[in-house]
Amino acid sequence: MKLTKSFNRSLWAFHFNSGSCNGCEIEIVAAITPRYDPERFGIKLVGSPKHADILLVTGPVVKKMRDRLERVYQQMPDPKVVMCVGACGTSGGPFYDSYNLDGPVDDVIPVDVYVQGCPPRPEAIIHGVVVAQQKLERLEGEKA
Amino acid sequence: MTLIETILAAVGGTVAMAVFGIVAGLFFLGVDRKFAALMQARIGPPLRQPFIDAAKLMRKENIVPENAIPWIFNGAPILALASAITILLYLPVGSIMPVLGGAGDLILVMYLLTIPALAMVVGGFASGSPYATVGAQREMVILIAYELPLAIAIIAIAWRLSMAGIADPFSLTTIAANPVWGVVGPVGAVGLLILLGILAWVTPAELSRIPFDAQEAETELAGGLLVEYSGKNFALFYLAQAVKTIVMAALAVALFLPWNLSSFVAMAPAVAVAADFVFFLAKVLLVVFFSISLIRVSMARFRINQIVSIYWVWLGLAGFVGLALVMIDAILAGV
Repeated sequence: MKLTKSFNRSLWAFHFNSGSCNGCEIEIVAAITPRYDPERFGIKLVGSPKHADILLVTGPVVKKMRDRLERVYQQMPDPKVVMCVGACGTSGGPFYDSYNLDGPVDDVIPVDVYVQGCPPRPEAIIHGVVVAQQKLERLEGEKA
Repeated sequence: MTLIETILAAVGGTVAMAVFGIVAGLFFLGVDRKFAALMQARIGPPLRQPFIDAAKLMRKENIVPENAIPWIFNGAPILALASAITILLYLPVGSIMPVLGGAGDLILVMYLLTIPALAMVVGGFASGSPYATVGAQREMVILIAYELPLAIAIIAIAWRLSMAGIADPFSLTTIAANPVWGVVGPVGAVGLLILLGILAWVTPAELSRIPFDAQEAETELAGGLLVEYSGKNFALFYLAQAVKTIVMAALAVALFLPWNLSSFVAMAPAVAVAADFVFFLAKVLLVVFFSISLIRVSMARFRINQIVSIYWVWLGLAGFVGLALVMIDAILAGV
């Protein structure tokens, strides 16, 4: 399947909280406010993983969320990318090496883009989406 | 006309109306999103955003859940789109008369309006997800709720036209040719304004837009009816939504704003058709702005029990008041 221009201008994101402290959630919500208005680029949050192109994962993946994260990832239709938002998902952050983690995120599902920060700024999240889209393009180009 | 010519005209008209419905519908969805963005002091997506979304959805993987019933799950989106296009065949577009039609097609349109919603209900139940099941139940409740005010608004107009001695009042062609505002007196005009308001409030429920989108409710039901749909099936529902937008707007235009430019200004027949078409799109724009964009930006979602009481009690009562005013008007006019 060839990726078309449509993907560049229409990326729907599904947000998954795998045990985050809500800091990243607040910044994700801030990123969809009228001030940043990502709908300009066709980016919007959707309620179901079946509708999504991007999976936004926040949090360090606690034990109870591992199974849910895997299932949500498997439910997303191809082509898809995973974005890990925040320090927790990247390395465990303040919860590094904790006994109740199964994470970080890339121990559970393949991650394409990491957005750093605790929490990251909305600009960083939007930039992450742009990078994710470029990666999606490259991966599909290699496949074709 | 021979039988073959009739069939060819019907098929050609259907294809033309399908293309028109989908293209114009997606365009007006884009217009709606732009309106909403401007009202929220945003820049908003480009007008062609819905076309991009639909093209993207067409290219995504189409997942059929394990516990779904595949033939119903895949059939429901096709049924929704096909039935939405079928309604469009009965509605006049500017001075272009409907492809199909005849005596009583207004009643038929009222029945057909329920089919896309029922297709979504069937698809929701067939997808085997608890969220979709709750959404499908809510959709049925909403369907029953808004039917009464909608029926009152439609019947009042047809009844008033029949009282004025116009033949065939339940045909949309007749209604479009005889603007009801020219038939009624001042009392009836007040009644018609109330009925126009009711139709404007039924439209968001018919299109499952905020504040009457309890069946899709992204925040509670994760997409409700459509939760399991992805890829091509979801794109078909998206197109059905676009066509339904045009259908509801064209119905409101045919019932309440049926004037054509060519009846005011003399012009050549070919120019008249084009001018009336553009004028029709302008009227649709008006309906989309007032009954979809303005309402959805200014309100939050109602709970399902609030929706039922709004339609059955408040809008139903308002409808009866409007109907009574139209009836008093008919008595005053001495018919």
